[in-house]
Amino acid sequence: MNITRRHLLLLLPAASVAWKYVLAGTPEAAPNYKLSEHWWGMLIDLPKCIGCGNCVRACQAENDVPDGYFRTWVERYHVSDYDIENPQVDSPDGGKKGFPPAKDVKGKNFFVPKLCNHCADSPCTQVCPVGATFVSQDGVVLVDPKYCLGCRYCVQACPYGCRFINPRTNTAEKCTLCYHRITKGLTTACCENCPTGARQLADLRNPADPIHEFLKTHSVHVLKPSMATRAKVYYNELDGSVR
Amino acid sequence: MNVFKDAGHLFRLAAVFVAGLLIFLVIRGFLVPKSFGQLGHYRANAVAEIAARPIKFAGHESCEGCHADVLDKKKNGKHAGVNCEACHGPQAQHADDPTAVKPDKLDTAVLCARCHEANAAKPRNFPQVDTAEHSRGLPCDTCHHPHSPVIVAGGAK
Repeated sequence: MNITRRHLLLLLPAASVAWKYVLAGTPEAAPNYKLSEHWWGMLIDLPKCIGCGNCVRACQAENDVPDGYFRTWVERYHVSDYDIENPQVDSPDGGKKGFPPAKDVKGKNFFVPKLCNHCADSPCTQVCPVGATFVSQDGVVLVDPKYCLGCRYCVQACPYGCRFINPRTNTAEKCTLCYHRITKGLTTACCENCPTGARQLADLRNPADPIHEFLKTHSVHVLKPSMATRAKVYYNELDGSVR
Repeated sequence: MNVFKDAGHLFRLAAVFVAGLLIFLVIRGFLVPKSFGQLGHYRANAVAEIAARPIKFAGHESCEGCHADVLDKKKNGKHAGVNCEACHGPQAQHADDPTAVKPDKLDTAVLCARCHEANAAKPRNFPQVDTAEHSRGLPCDTCHHPHSPVIVAGGAK
């Protein structure tokens, strides 16, 4: 058969589409790890948090986070009993080096560790113009650094302020819930290094995970429930003043 | 009456559009990553790439394989729930090659204070001291054993 110019023009697009599927194969995954069997979240037991900053240091060591940027950080709240609507919050260097003595020991003082809430309906993934950030099938919000343009839409969209632009790569970065650890059966760096057990990784799709019993028997909240993000970082005994 | 009479210029225009569309599809076929769209509106291979990043903290199970003696000391003490690397730092390299990579010696005067320095925001029942007044800069392991922190008669050292 002679291939005329007309035939070639008709064949090329069909061939390119077919070639794409030939090359793609099936997506790789870690051995013995099924995406569909997990739905990750985290439990933060606030009465146990001592504000030592171990989680912040561990996260920076594990994930090579640049100085002055944070995938997780610890805030200290001071709530005066005369003005509970306006708490004073400080977080010197993200709480990485601990906290200086409180200026005002009257009223309520407590620590609140923060990180990406790994929302099931995440505002940050919805605004990405190129599909570089997404909720994985096991419920972790991830960024594809090879696809990210660094346009900063997602940094503005996150209601919890959990994203930043990495100055070295100029791409968006955030907590991956230590995806490289949890897919190998380890816990996250912050949970591994929390000395009091205030942070606990939770697999909501595993019926044997202690999170289910905890959620049934404790007063647990998420941050900014009014945003309807379906956040999966659960705070035990969260004070109403926390934003 | 022939409706296609004098419509040649419309066919030529349509042919230009079809050619443009074909060129677009060919270029798109080469530029869009192969795994894009397999799991959703993202590159499916990114998931495996992120999962393949290296580990820095080995996890307490890999420490306990060799350091069973420390585990015995810890298990009935107050620090039973504190994992090794919470104090000793990231040790995945040490776990991979225990003879070549050795953990640093720790300064307990700095280390213990990270958790136990008094602060009004810490939970009331958490043991905390004003280190300046309590130990005056002495390392804590002069008196306390770090793996099971009780006062040791005659000093821990």
